[in-house]
Amino acid sequence: MKWLPIALMEGQTSLLSALDFGVEALDYGGCARSPYLVGAGIGLLSWLTFSLADKTIGASSFYATIAGFCGRIFARKHTDSLAYFQSNPPRIDWGFVFVLSSISGGFLAAWTGGEIRDEWLHPMWVDRFGDSLPLRGGIGFAGGVLMAFGARLAGGCTSGHGISGTLQLNAGSWLTVACMFTGGIITAMLLYTVP
Amino acid sequence: MIDPGKLVTESVEPPCDGVRRVRLFGAIVFGIAFGFLLQKGGVGKYNVLVGQLLLQDFTVLKVMLSAILVGMAGVFVLHHFAKANLHIIPTRIAPQGIGGLLFGAGFALIAYCPGTGAAALGQGSWDVLFGMAGLVAGSYLFAEMSGWLDESIGKWGDKGKVLLSDLVPIPRSVFVSGFVILLLAVLFSLDRLTDR
Repeated sequence: MKWLPIALMEGQTSLLSALDFGVEALDYGGCARSPYLVGAGIGLLSWLTFSLADKTIGASSFYATIAGFCGRIFARKHTDSLAYFQSNPPRIDWGFVFVLSSISGGFLAAWTGGEIRDEWLHPMWVDRFGDSLPLRGGIGFAGGVLMAFGARLAGGCTSGHGISGTLQLNAGSWLTVACMFTGGIITAMLLYTVP
Repeated sequence: MIDPGKLVTESVEPPCDGVRRVRLFGAIVFGIAFGFLLQKGGVGKYNVLVGQLLLQDFTVLKVMLSAILVGMAGVFVLHHFAKANLHIIPTRIAPQGIGGLLFGAGFALIAYCPGTGAAALGQGSWDVLFGMAGLVAGSYLFAEMSGWLDESIGKWGDKGKVLLSDLVPIPRSVFVSGFVILLLAVLFSLDRLTDR
């Protein structure tokens, strides 16, 4: 692994060529549309949710709502007694419908762009970790647990803090996002370098 | 602290049933648009998301910064003309710092985040289902500990509602304009320095 300043001194024009992990993310296809255009579209969407619905774009509470519903099936009294569910009782609200609908939005986009994947393992994962589905499942599940715990502790995810919070110049959101990328970059680089 | 726009107070009155129905319809339309945009931007793809964390692919950063740039310019104008409320999450240094780091670690493992995961599911990347199961379990785990967390870590470094523009003695409009220009400059440099 070459460090960025060295790579830049050696005259490499791209930041990308500075680091080598054996696999190259750029080899596996990317965005169908300009990321700037898509980002601008999401920014525009936030104007509409702010002004028309008085809501911000966010996603992580969707999973907490499902957790609440599941908990109520198995242990209703206990679930309702928990502090988080007392202040955020699980119900089908605006944010829930928003995230649920975004699944069909993803489908529409993939379908119209001929990008339906219908796969259990991404080729980049297979090239690095092999084709064991239980391994992917275990790592994915563990990642989900960590991610949701972190999102609830911080009060939002890459949408709620990362876009809606930061665009309002919310100091805590900028702090959260900086920590998200710090934790993510360190973990990903370990994951893709340690054998 | 927060000064609401010229006419807007902190929150609007609770909506009646008709308004709620229209809003839920809005949630469907806006949700579809959100998932559509995420997928078209490529940020529902495993390699694009992990590629960002490996600093190989900067699509995620480009999408996020463009969204922040456009969103910020519009929302503050709407707020100024009393067309929108701000929704500020209080700054709490310890839970947001620790929560952010945990989130990031989880992000690297699952490779999708809560929003892009929904788009990934829509495009048929079924591996996201393991992560989603984890997200539900992790949410319940947090709820299980929430009583204790609220009383301990949750209170450390509580600064209340703080905007970055409150930290410097210049008018907010000037700060927002400067910030928009700064974001433009960062995006322009990113575009020059990265392949994708």
